[in-house]
Amino acid sequence: MSVDKQHLLQFLLRQGDNTLVLGHRVSEWCGHSPILEEDIALANTALDLIGQTQMWLGYAAEVQGEGKSADDLAFLRDAWDFRNVLLTELPNGDFGRTLLRQFLFDAFQSVLMGRLMQSSDETVAAIAAKASKEVAYHVERSADTVVGLGDGTEESHRRMQEALEYLWPYVGEMFASDETDAAMAAAGIAPDPASLREEYDALISKVLTDATLDIPAATYAHKGGRTGYMHTEHLGHLLTSMQWLQRAYPGCEW
Amino acid sequence: MSNPSVEQVWEWLETIPDPEIPVISLIDLGIIRNVEWQGDTCVVAVTPTYSGCPATSMINMDIETKLRDCGLEKIELKQQLSPAWTTDWMSDKARDALEKYGIAPPQAAGGPKRCPRCGGDHLEKLSQFGSTPCKAQWRCQDCLEPFEYFKCI
Repeated sequence: MSVDKQHLLQFLLRQGDNTLVLGHRVSEWCGHSPILEEDIALANTALDLIGQTQMWLGYAAEVQGEGKSADDLAFLRDAWDFRNVLLTELPNGDFGRTLLRQFLFDAFQSVLMGRLMQSSDETVAAIAAKASKEVAYHVERSADTVVGLGDGTEESHRRMQEALEYLWPYVGEMFASDETDAAMAAAGIAPDPASLREEYDALISKVLTDATLDIPAATYAHKGGRTGYMHTEHLGHLLTSMQWLQRAYPGCEW
Repeated sequence: MSNPSVEQVWEWLETIPDPEIPVISLIDLGIIRNVEWQGDTCVVAVTPTYSGCPATSMINMDIETKLRDCGLEKIELKQQLSPAWTTDWMSDKARDALEKYGIAPPQAAGGPKRCPRCGGDHLEKLSQFGSTPCKAQWRCQDCLEPFEYFKCI
């Protein structure tokens, strides 16, 4: 079944922008982590995310068909063109909040990539198969760290609970479907994200319970990232740093 | 002049070391998936180990340089994503070479079998990540030396 090109492009930008923006955020820890091993781990996680971005945005550029590259999409679009969920652009906060955000995202990716491997689109399936191995590794580590810190000292527990209260209103957006998701589902390219919620909740509630953290009861979800309707103020600041070189020296090549 | 045989090209590729772990070749690592002639162009299909591995561009450059040195003129490198790379494709020769070099080879069980330095089997994991995307850090509790483990994926 053929699919509307604009919907497919939108879907691919959502995938690539999620990994790009989170990858950049995580890379901000490089040289600043509490200990060397964690610094290396975060830098490697960021590297995997940027690698996945090259595949998603590379395919997005191909589908777009305007002769652009993954780099063009990453460095030459402005905030309103980005389609990442708000969760990924939130500031790092402390180490605990960074790892909790990572876990909330990794858990989503681990459920989603499993489904995308069955995609009717061969390229989407191949990218998901490649990414799923890295995602499995990421979620194992972020889950372990969330449990270690949540069920750790009094202070680490308090900070993790605060981080969860801060991040929780941003979880719902990952499951907010629209007409693009409906088109993807109808074409067998990707599942409706709303259908992933049950599996996601089961996964995170197990880990958060082990971490002795209470999942907030509030169900309000901040939205606007994956549709591009309204990002948080943080994205623009992130882009000024990430896109600085191409803005200052347009077309500059390594 | 006729094209050198595909077998000849594989032999040339066999001599290219991995840029980060020079004791194993690109072929040992299992990332060269296909070599074929399309007319007078030699097409080499390469699969990335980790999607963001910075060695990927270095590897492509090494392949191109080597084949040019061997007299090939038209070379095309193709990235092949599927099937995704797995450490199962690493040759036994490479596993032995890694261990001699001080890097514990990948194991299906998910952790190193023994310390590559003293052979001890009381091991602890220090970090799931290491100096390159493909490695993790472990320590031997017998000789107390830290060592790298090639992750199994």
